[in-house]
Amino acid sequence: MAIKTDSNVYTVVFAAVMVVVVGSILAFLASALRPNIKENERFEKQQNILYAMGVNENGDDAGSVNFIPTDVVEGEFSSYIKEQLVIQGDKITQNDEAYLIDLKKQLANMKKGEEYKLPVFIGEKDGKKFYIIPMYGKGLWDAIWGFIALDDTMTVQGVYFDHKGETPGLGANIKMRYFMDDFKGESILKGTQYAGIAVAKGNNDPLNKTKDDNEVDALAGATITGNGVSAMIKETVKLYKPYLETIRAK
Amino acid sequence: MALLSKKDTNLITDPLADNNPITIQVLGICSALAITAELKASLVMAVSVMFVLGAGNVVISLMRNIIPSKIRIIVQLIVVATLVIIVDQVLKAYQYELSKTLAVFVGLIITNCIIMGRFEAFALANGPWRSFLDGIGNSLGYGIILVIVGFFRELLGSGTLFGYPVLGDPITKTGLYATGYENNGFMIIPPAALIVVGIIIWVQRSRNPALVEEN
Repeated sequence: MAIKTDSNVYTVVFAAVMVVVVGSILAFLASALRPNIKENERFEKQQNILYAMGVNENGDDAGSVNFIPTDVVEGEFSSYIKEQLVIQGDKITQNDEAYLIDLKKQLANMKKGEEYKLPVFIGEKDGKKFYIIPMYGKGLWDAIWGFIALDDTMTVQGVYFDHKGETPGLGANIKMRYFMDDFKGESILKGTQYAGIAVAKGNNDPLNKTKDDNEVDALAGATITGNGVSAMIKETVKLYKPYLETIRAK
Repeated sequence: MALLSKKDTNLITDPLADNNPITIQVLGICSALAITAELKASLVMAVSVMFVLGAGNVVISLMRNIIPSKIRIIVQLIVVATLVIIVDQVLKAYQYELSKTLAVFVGLIITNCIIMGRFEAFALANGPWRSFLDGIGNSLGYGIILVIVGFFRELLGSGTLFGYPVLGDPITKTGLYATGYENNGFMIIPPAALIVVGIIIWVQRSRNPALVEEN
């Protein structure tokens, strides 16, 4: 090799060329794949919302989580979800793309004191109405989020949780069916207070037979993720309380 | 074997036992602790590292004569990060479900010391084919330990394998649980991985005393 790889000039030139080459490869790849990725994310959101209201392909056994297949999800979504609302201050408007609203951004706007939008999806299945509310919070390592489906008595009809980077086998289990199914039938009301549902360690109710204690059984080894889920539900309920008051059957 | 000379075969077989990256070189412990609570996660991680280490070793080996030695660590880091991001993006576009399973591992792969270790120790000094074999060998050695640890942690900690209950149902007390057996909650928290790896190291060194370091 005739090149003197030790010289400063060579080092700087090499670094510059490498940055440009790698940068262009990644930029090209990212923009070429973006439409596909965006569409996948859109389908996933629709699947999650439908999952929370019980439109999924779960079998009767308490096994795995099965969504509506991606190739039909768009049609199912528009047939089950009757209304998509956006709450902005006192105004409630209809918007068929409300499900694309990024709750993370809206909550950030709220913290900054700016205007923010809160989406609600109203689904209908077998003549029953579901009010599906998105949630966003913090787990142990990174963001957690999900959807909670309520009926007009404020009883949970289903939830869906997901996370960005919780520990596999521990916190990541919030997206397991046995954990999510525990929330079904719990009420977010305690008396007339909007208490939310806590993920409690001392619940002593692994089969979750008590449905009126505002508590579900915690996951072993995932205390902080569980606390994150509790806090997320509580915050969401607080945020949506004015709207929930209007739909609650008195 | 005609395809691989004796020396080449050793590149693959050495890291499986007597020069194992985890139990002998004690590299890659961080990810071994983090993701071995489940067998499936261990397996996914092992396959991902195999891909990144195999491909990364080849790239570094091809570039070995033009990389300035002053910034070689940064160059290695960029190669790993680029490979991982490319895989991540392609999966997100075409295999979305799989990419969600892998999302947790992306950061762990980039920071896996085995990868940097093999770039530095092997790929910078050897040709692409041998570097590739070295990458596959080391990631297999890493993967084997991961799978062993994942097997015991999932079995003893949750009573399942690949998520399927194999010991009965701990809540309704069927199968083994009917006899009063309980899952060991300690096994699913990270320190348990240290203990399992420790036991593997102990067993391995007592079977082959040549591996015991002089103090």
